[in-house]
Amino acid sequence: MSSSDASDLGAHRDGNHADPHLAHHFDSMETQNHASRLGMWLFLGTEVLLFAGLFLGYAVNRHFYPHTFKVASHSLNLVLGTVNTVVLISSSFTVAMAYYSVKKGRNKQAAGLLGFTILCALAFLCIKAFEYQHKFQEGALPGKWFHFHEMAGMPGANMFFSVYFLSTGLHAFHVIVGMAILIWVLRRLIRGDFTRTYYIPVELGGLYWHLVDLVWIFLFPLLYLI
Amino acid sequence: MNEIMRTILWLPEQASTFAKAVDELHYFVITVTMLSSVAVGLLAFGFFFKYRQLRPRQSTPIVIPSVKFELAVVVVPLAFFLAWFVQGYRDYVWYTTPPKDTMDVYVMGKKWMWKFAYPDGPNAVGTLHVPAHRPVRLLLTSRDVIHSFFVPDFRIKMDVLPGRYTETWFEATKPGRYQILCAEYCGTWHSQMWGEVVVMPPAEFDSWMLQQRAGAGLTDRVDTATDDGPSFHGTLVEYGKRVAMAQGCLKCHSLDGDPHIGPTWLDLYRRTETLETGETVLADEAYLTDSMIDPRAKIVKGFKPVMPTYRGKLAAPDAAALVEFIKSLRSQNLDNLPSKEAIYEPARR
Amino acid sequence: MSQHADSSALAPAEARVYQEINYLNADRGVMSWLKTLDHKRIGIMYFASVLATFLLGGIFAMIVRFELTTPEPTLISANTYNRMFTLHGMVMVFLFMIPAIPGVFGNFVLPLMLGAKDVAFPRLNLLSLYVYWTGAALVLWGVINGGADTGWTFYVPYSTTTPMTLFPVLFGVFIIGFSSILTGLNFIVTVHTLRAPGITWMKMPLFVWAIYATSIIQVLATPVIGLTTLLVGIEKVGGFGLFDPGRGGDPVLMQHLFWFYSHPAVYIMVLPAMGVMSEIIAAYARKNIFGYKMIAYSSLGIAFVGFFAWGHHMFVSGQSAFDDGAFAVISMLVGVFTAIKVFNWVGTLYRGAIYVSGPFIYACGFLFFIVFGGMTGIAVATVSLDVHWHDTYFVVAHFHFIMVGAVIMAFLAAIHYWFPKMFGRMYHEGWSMVAATFIVLGFNATFIPQFLLGNAGMPRRYYMYPERFTALNVASTAGSTLLAFGFIIILIYLIWALKHGEIAGPNPWNSKGYEWRTSSPPIKENFEHTLDYPEEPHMYQEPGEEVEHVVI
Repeated sequence: MSSSDASDLGAHRDGNHADPHLAHHFDSMETQNHASRLGMWLFLGTEVLLFAGLFLGYAVNRHFYPHTFKVASHSLNLVLGTVNTVVLISSSFTVAMAYYSVKKGRNKQAAGLLGFTILCALAFLCIKAFEYQHKFQEGALPGKWFHFHEMAGMPGANMFFSVYFLSTGLHAFHVIVGMAILIWVLRRLIRGDFTRTYYIPVELGGLYWHLVDLVWIFLFPLLYLI
Repeated sequence: MNEIMRTILWLPEQASTFAKAVDELHYFVITVTMLSSVAVGLLAFGFFFKYRQLRPRQSTPIVIPSVKFELAVVVVPLAFFLAWFVQGYRDYVWYTTPPKDTMDVYVMGKKWMWKFAYPDGPNAVGTLHVPAHRPVRLLLTSRDVIHSFFVPDFRIKMDVLPGRYTETWFEATKPGRYQILCAEYCGTWHSQMWGEVVVMPPAEFDSWMLQQRAGAGLTDRVDTATDDGPSFHGTLVEYGKRVAMAQGCLKCHSLDGDPHIGPTWLDLYRRTETLETGETVLADEAYLTDSMIDPRAKIVKGFKPVMPTYRGKLAAPDAAALVEFIKSLRSQNLDNLPSKEAIYEPARR
Repeated sequence: MSQHADSSALAPAEARVYQEINYLNADRGVMSWLKTLDHKRIGIMYFASVLATFLLGGIFAMIVRFELTTPEPTLISANTYNRMFTLHGMVMVFLFMIPAIPGVFGNFVLPLMLGAKDVAFPRLNLLSLYVYWTGAALVLWGVINGGADTGWTFYVPYSTTTPMTLFPVLFGVFIIGFSSILTGLNFIVTVHTLRAPGITWMKMPLFVWAIYATSIIQVLATPVIGLTTLLVGIEKVGGFGLFDPGRGGDPVLMQHLFWFYSHPAVYIMVLPAMGVMSEIIAAYARKNIFGYKMIAYSSLGIAFVGFFAWGHHMFVSGQSAFDDGAFAVISMLVGVFTAIKVFNWVGTLYRGAIYVSGPFIYACGFLFFIVFGGMTGIAVATVSLDVHWHDTYFVVAHFHFIMVGAVIMAFLAAIHYWFPKMFGRMYHEGWSMVAATFIVLGFNATFIPQFLLGNAGMPRRYYMYPERFTALNVASTAGSTLLAFGFIIILIYLIWALKHGEIAGPNPWNSKGYEWRTSSPPIKENFEHTLDYPEEPHMYQEPGEEVEHVVI
């Protein structure tokens, strides 16, 4: 329980209108929080549709080249993929715990959990970079760079790696963005901006991070397992 | 009546069996469209005079629609739309299902010209000769970007895609010359990618064809020396054989009648094959090209689905040449006729 | 047509005062505009931007039209022509039409209609404007530097093989998409959370309903075009081959992805236009809205059904006949929803007290154009007819009837209707009717010949054409000159009115729309105090008079 920030803000919290976080055009904090949550959920909807295009690309090409896709998916490093999945799922868990801790007023614990989440994100990116580097060396980068001997002569191998690099690349970009958001949230948390009643940025950051996780949970089996 | 409407609407000549049927639906749809839009416009304009504002801040009655009214505005338009759809869809199915025993022509679009290849006859650039009153099926593909084969007088149009075969068909009714236009934007001279269909009376066409086969003044060569491929000089059949070897087709398909990993190609053309599913299929051009692109869709009974797809590996002319090669493999018919091609020159510009 | 704008029919509801301290002058200086969070100022900045892009797109259109006066090359080379129609399409669709009504009037009027002080996320709102500017700048820069000659549809493999550097343009479109998403997201949240007490869902103005439906499409469809342009861009730069048949990809996949956005995008353009018309017809006829619920629900219906109709752009792309049929039937449902709206608008006019004005002429034009444009849409969705019409001028004329005939009419009507609210002054009613007449006639003269051209078989995007199409092309160009002339008249009298127009007062139209309850121009905070909303918008029954109820 960090008492310092609670006492700082206590003076402002006697009435809704005095809340420094309340924007002038909202009538109450509840409405404002409702608006923020709704906004975030809509944004997540947008993100899902963004990835949907790539999933469609995957489905179409898998239909065209079922055999190649099977072979190509086995050429990926399953161990690293699984480790990354575990890393991401644990980070999702810790971010949810961080949100819970802030709500309970345990800001220090929350900071620790958020820090761990960010480290997980970093670890994920490192492992991904390692995997990418390996694939580059094999010549699996599609398009004009494609010269993957292991799969030479298999039609559609280029397609698999196009989908692979595009979808994991876009996902990695989301990991970076999510990490930046969490770092910003962590900074504000350490500064003492959040209290038991004002924690909406933690919640929204967490929601976004869950989406990043969720996309990976779909990508992993599609690309590595089946 | 047909002629009057056709003139008012600036429609081109009705030179195929589709044209008249499609135009009749067209007249119906457009007449209803014009009447209802003018009626709505005039009604608004009429209200504008009838219910003009007489004094500022004038009160108006509260008018609300009854359920009956709302139901009517849903049901009446929907009924019209569905009626058009039913008729339109029936015609469309007719459009998309070529009858049996069509005369086939391979069409290749290329920036910015049309090339036509008759299965066992001449090749031509820019001009397609067809007989009247005989269904003609076009198997279309593109060498580079997407084009669209459009003959306004026949009311037909089909996109021409690289890496895929599309098909369309028509039956011309009047001998004459009809313009082919490219309808899908394809670059600088898209607007000049024209060609011509020459419809001949059937007898005249047959003699024309014989004359072409005799090779009157035409070279019977395939010339693939273009911007993107190695050059090859020879007949389409020879070229097809070369493609078959280069692509490894002959590792699994024999040419002498013995079954191997895949069915033999000897006498494959127009053979009726029994499939794994128990259905039968006629091995025509469509089946052969389909089987290169999607080999597992129709597996012949007794064979394993092991053939990889050649989607993306076979350039369009290669596929056409392969089909020609397969067609040439006839056990009795040893005097197969090589394809011929006109001197390769762009139609315009 | 009655030329005399009977100004006595407009006795002042309140004293015609100009709000001296208003949102326009509450803060001064360029920075106060660039850093503003006020939805009204953001709306005005969108207004200036889309007028500029409209002018640009219009110039390109005129160049295209004049090139087509002869069958042979007339003014410009084939490659320049191809770039011109590409520019015309891209500027008009992505830079003008998509942000036009939501960006300008959604921003300006929607919070006023809801009795709110601002949109839910004012900073996001400003951000979306900056994102729009960035994307627009990138598109224009890319077009001037690299050039784009693909048409606004970017079909592969043409777009990936053209020698032009397309990437900046594609990336610009991708960025503009984000602006559209953020705007839509903001409006949805605003409608959910910032309605003043008393404004229930079924008391919301129909313009708000329309913008709400539009926003849903913006949020859910735009990311797909973002991804598509990005993939085409990557394909062009890196040759990944996802859409390249030579590498085993599928060009038709790109068409599916493209139209999954670009068909609903038509409703991003036309739904706000329908919303504007619902307001204007009610206000100028002084009538309650006939069939309010039907109009509101049909907006949502169009938004929903619009997502599943994209395949009708690909009837001749080698799609299976079953798919073609399914897409055709779904497309027809859009027509049914539109028909519901049209009948209810006409019903609203019935027994009204119609005030004759420029905007009302646009409304009449709009009704004609939406029926004709909509039903020719049904005609091209009738699969067998589309075979002949696909990619011809018939399709061009059809979507210009919707995009120009319906959307521009609504945009112009909205400018005139809300001009007094935005700037506190009146435009010249007589001139507005002259201009409106020019525009409605000019529009018909431009596009009806194009329907006939399509029938005759002239494909779109043609630089040169067979001689037999000359007469109709000349007629179309003549009509477009008339149309351009109408726009110039409007520009002149509106600029004049900004400074010298009569003082409008808070409610020059005596409208019962909610947005007219504040001063003109509005104060920075929109309203002096929280208002109450006892009745639905557009109830024109004065207290004390006997109210007649009619059911038809």
